[in-house]
Amino acid sequence: MSFNPAILTDNWREILDGMLLTILIWVVGTALGLVIGLVVAIVQLFTNRWFAAPLTFYVALMRGTPFLIQLFVIYYGGPFFGLDLTPLVAGVAGLALYGGAYFSEIFRAGFLSVPVGQIEAARMMGISRLAIVRHVQLPQMLVIILPALANMTVLLSKETAVLSVITVNELTSVIQSIGSTTFAFAETLLFLALVYWAFLEIVTAAARRLEKRVGRFMLRTQG
Amino acid sequence: MNAKTNPNARPIIDVRGVWKRFGTVDVLKGIDLAIRKSEVTCIIGPSGSGKSTLLRCIAFLEEYSEGEIYIEGELLGFALEGGRRRRVSDAEVARVRRNIGFVFQQFNLWPHMTALENVAMPLKLARGIPREDATKRARAMLDKVGLTNRAEAYPSQLSGGQQQRVGIARALAMEPHIMLFDEPTSALDPELVGEVLQVMRDLASEGMTMAVVTHEMGFAAQVADTVVFIDHGVIAASGSPEQVFRREENPRLRQFLQNYFERNVFWQTTDEVPAP
Repeated sequence: MSFNPAILTDNWREILDGMLLTILIWVVGTALGLVIGLVVAIVQLFTNRWFAAPLTFYVALMRGTPFLIQLFVIYYGGPFFGLDLTPLVAGVAGLALYGGAYFSEIFRAGFLSVPVGQIEAARMMGISRLAIVRHVQLPQMLVIILPALANMTVLLSKETAVLSVITVNELTSVIQSIGSTTFAFAETLLFLALVYWAFLEIVTAAARRLEKRVGRFMLRTQG
Repeated sequence: MNAKTNPNARPIIDVRGVWKRFGTVDVLKGIDLAIRKSEVTCIIGPSGSGKSTLLRCIAFLEEYSEGEIYIEGELLGFALEGGRRRRVSDAEVARVRRNIGFVFQQFNLWPHMTALENVAMPLKLARGIPREDATKRARAMLDKVGLTNRAEAYPSQLSGGQQQRVGIARALAMEPHIMLFDEPTSALDPELVGEVLQVMRDLASEGMTMAVVTHEMGFAAQVADTVVFIDHGVIAASGSPEQVFRREENPRLRQFLQNYFERNVFWQTTDEVPAP
């Protein structure tokens, strides 16, 4: 059996669909995860423990159990709690909740990295807590946490593959079915690896550019 | 300076029997202090005596454990209900202390904003002043502290003295009724201290009410209406500079001033604390 790239071009339509779906899941899941992570970190840091405690439990649960099991629970266990989700919705929600837990830890570390004195100064000026987050803390901490956020985003791109187990027809699931009908595993799996690697490179390049932009004030120290 | 103030006028700041505990340590033990309009009060004392803690309590950056602090007649940080005190909301704290400006030892500028943005941003966010007006007022404040040409610089491009002057401009822009200075020159190289003290002198002569925690005895002697010596969490001596520096006989104060004097003499030693 020889290496035959035609396997891929013959099935280009399915592969493209799978890839677009993977990107959709990844982008939406990551975006929601970022929002969840930010909100969780803010509530944990700036409200009282009655609000914070359940969220701390959520973060521990998400970080302490395999993503695969979480997806099973949401998709197959959901109806038991009256939560009847399509595979795609369950998968995106799962990815967002899973990523959100990790993102919240990154944001929390970021908030703590901004010196307390700067926040005291802002409070003395009468700036509201939320405006302090928006205008004082976020712009500075983003510079510091951007590499960690990019890293987690890359990890999530690969976790999208797990959605194949709850019958979401994303790229990994498409490639696997092509592989098992044609027995061309080398071509298909190599292609799959290259795609996820491409995601890594895209995120890394984007993070570098963003880092330069948000870090403007630090680069000017030479003045 | 040494403004004639009416001793019967209601104080801007009225501190009554304030205690502050950190865990089991009593840092302030019953402080009474009144600051009236246009007065300059300098708070001196050994490090760890509680002088910065007192200033931070007046700004409610620290919650005081007992006693009362009134800002222009309003109780700061608490509401009294049937003899018990209850912590009020952050928004209410912000409302009561809206007329207090605070200058920090470490400047605490926001490093991702230019000098101009540091001064203009709070005007926009806390006072809802439109962008152009805020920028205009910020420029005027930077002019006032002699930084007209450094408006577009980031804090990291400024000297310590310049950063502290931005800190003062930022507080002044909010048009405070009283300015609190927490060791404003302690983090500065010696040759940069003068420019900051000059700005503060100018403010005092314009009639700004000020409370200054400082190690600069010369400044205290020249500018203060009242000098307060804090030691081990109590006011051990207070009065006019003349009174505190020359006549007061509290041994702890004498020792403190003697140490200060010896540290700063380099040409010729004498046994006497110099005249203010």
